[in-house]
Amino acid sequence: MDLTVTNLACARGGVTVLERVSFGLSGGAALILRGPNGIGKTTLLRTVAGLQPAVAGEISMPPEAVAYAAHADGLKATLTVAENLAFWAAIYGTDRAPHAIQRMNLAALADRQAQNLSAGQKRRLGLARLLVTGRPLWVLDEPTVSLDAASVALFAEAVRAHLAEGGAALMATHIDLGLAEAEVLDLAPYRAETPAGAEPADDPFAGVTA
Amino acid sequence: MIALLLRDLRLALRAGGGFGLGLAFFLLVAVLVPLGVGPEPATLAKIAPGILWVGALLACLLSLDRIFALDHEDGSLDLLATAPIPLEGVVAVKACAHWIVTGLPLTLVSPLLGLLMNLPAEGYPLLLASLAIGTPALSVIGTFGAALTVGLKRGGLLLSLLVLPLYVPTLVFGAEAVRRGALGMDVATPFLLLGGITAGVAALLPFASAAAVRINLR
Amino acid sequence: MAMSIWEYANPKKFMETSSIALPWAAGGALLCLIVGLVWGFFFTPDDYKQGSTVKIIYLHVPSALMAINAWLMMLAASLIWLVRRHHVSALAAKAAGPVGLTFTLVALVTGAVWGQPMWGTWWAWDPRLTSFLILALFYLGYIALWQAVENPDTAADLTSVLCIVGSVFAVLSRYAVNFWNQGLHQGASLSLDKEENVADVFYFPLLVCIGGFVLLFLTLVLLRTRTEIRVRRVQALLARERMA
Repeated sequence: MDLTVTNLACARGGVTVLERVSFGLSGGAALILRGPNGIGKTTLLRTVAGLQPAVAGEISMPPEAVAYAAHADGLKATLTVAENLAFWAAIYGTDRAPHAIQRMNLAALADRQAQNLSAGQKRRLGLARLLVTGRPLWVLDEPTVSLDAASVALFAEAVRAHLAEGGAALMATHIDLGLAEAEVLDLAPYRAETPAGAEPADDPFAGVTA
Repeated sequence: MIALLLRDLRLALRAGGGFGLGLAFFLLVAVLVPLGVGPEPATLAKIAPGILWVGALLACLLSLDRIFALDHEDGSLDLLATAPIPLEGVVAVKACAHWIVTGLPLTLVSPLLGLLMNLPAEGYPLLLASLAIGTPALSVIGTFGAALTVGLKRGGLLLSLLVLPLYVPTLVFGAEAVRRGALGMDVATPFLLLGGITAGVAALLPFASAAAVRINLR
Repeated sequence: MAMSIWEYANPKKFMETSSIALPWAAGGALLCLIVGLVWGFFFTPDDYKQGSTVKIIYLHVPSALMAINAWLMMLAASLIWLVRRHHVSALAAKAAGPVGLTFTLVALVTGAVWGQPMWGTWWAWDPRLTSFLILALFYLGYIALWQAVENPDTAADLTSVLCIVGSVFAVLSRYAVNFWNQGLHQGASLSLDKEENVADVFYFPLLVCIGGFVLLFLTLVLLRTRTEIRVRRVQALLARERMA
């Protein structure tokens, strides 16, 4: 499992926000993206996950490697915890649903409908979905939002186990997960900036006067 | 893919309302039209095929915006787009699920409404057959409209505006098959054309729908 | 080295070229329309069957022709946008939408005005009339989609997909409507074997009018595309100002 990002530029709403981003990530490693709000963490993660095309640069990784998780967990309120996970297990063709329920400490809630879970429990279920996919590269956008301290620890444990199994994780998060092995990438130097008075390179209408 | 179909069907059954709403609407049309045009049996018999087809079409339209909206809101669509099944497949399965919860029940109750509309006896098998062949096209075309408007906050009205012109050929051939049959004319041609449209859109339109979903997820 | 036609797809180059072409197109349109319409209205004989009502042909036929051609132009521009990502192409398609809709409505209204004395009714569910009504609905949907989507590139992509799919369905609808009703409408007024259709006295002023409508379409689309480009430029500048 090797992810290599070379000279990547990515855009949000047609405006390039990040450019010349390069990093590598191999099995067993985690990389945490840092930077102020709006710098483009979500955009970068969605680009790596293949949800939007890169403006420039290259992303190379084995096919079907990414498991993506964002702010929204993709849970169906009227399905039970077990049903939600069984669905994703069937989509990814794995039989890891019971394993994921075990790992994220959801056994007691397995037959409860997702709409009756607390915010933190929902989040745990959303993260359990990652375990179900069986994919090596986790791309996580603010995975710890609405988790309490115990759940954060549980999540960090799950990530650590994933890394120990040779997986990798790329995530944007504000809090310290206590992952000693995680590297941090500050995105501030990659902010796409146009020198004062110049036209941005990606503006197709640059130079139109009247 | 089967898992996705089963999930969508299960959600439609559990959500309550969504399932029966189209049927109730269809029934209402068949009740309101005679109240509007008068109880004259000959008039009703004459307009029955068209009214039933238009009713089925509008009932189908009613639930189109739910095809992707819920999955988009809760993030499932993002996750499905990164899943190992092709998005074209996802879109086709969603159209199929939509047909099973709307088009199929509409088809099954249509003879009952034909009774209310005084449809001539020879029209019943044709009505059933034309709806069975034509309503899948309505779901597939509707899925394309839903895919175009998936990111929009108030996409409902726009969705109708986009989809209704696309429904014209299906409506014409479907209603024409029943109308001609009720008059004792040849029905092979409209049925072949209707079947051709359903087969054509089912084979090709999922590609356009998947492209539209991808554009909207960007 | 030969100049590539794609050079004109650069917005800056397009603005320069179109500013030169625009007065010529507008002048040509005005000239052709004045000549064609005056010739057609005042210097051609009345039809032996239809009397002077036939003269609405000089508005009806060219607008009907342009209603269809505008859609074809939108289709071509949409394909160019999807394949080559030229922004001017997408904006030209956007600009052509309302113009095409207007031509469609003009064709429908002049058709109704013509049909009233001829068929004794303002509206009949004739296949051709019905097809144009459906075409107007396609235009409405296309324009509405452009307006509903906020991000201009997303809107361009989605409307292009709609335009391509819509083209297929528009053709299907035309056949469906033909099948549905055989119709009152006379055959095409223009075709290659013109002897069978319109006599020369009507034919030549009609050609001039058609030329005028083509130039009018070109003028309006150029004008509207230029406006769209300016709007995009202003939006980009405002967005940059807000960020700074």
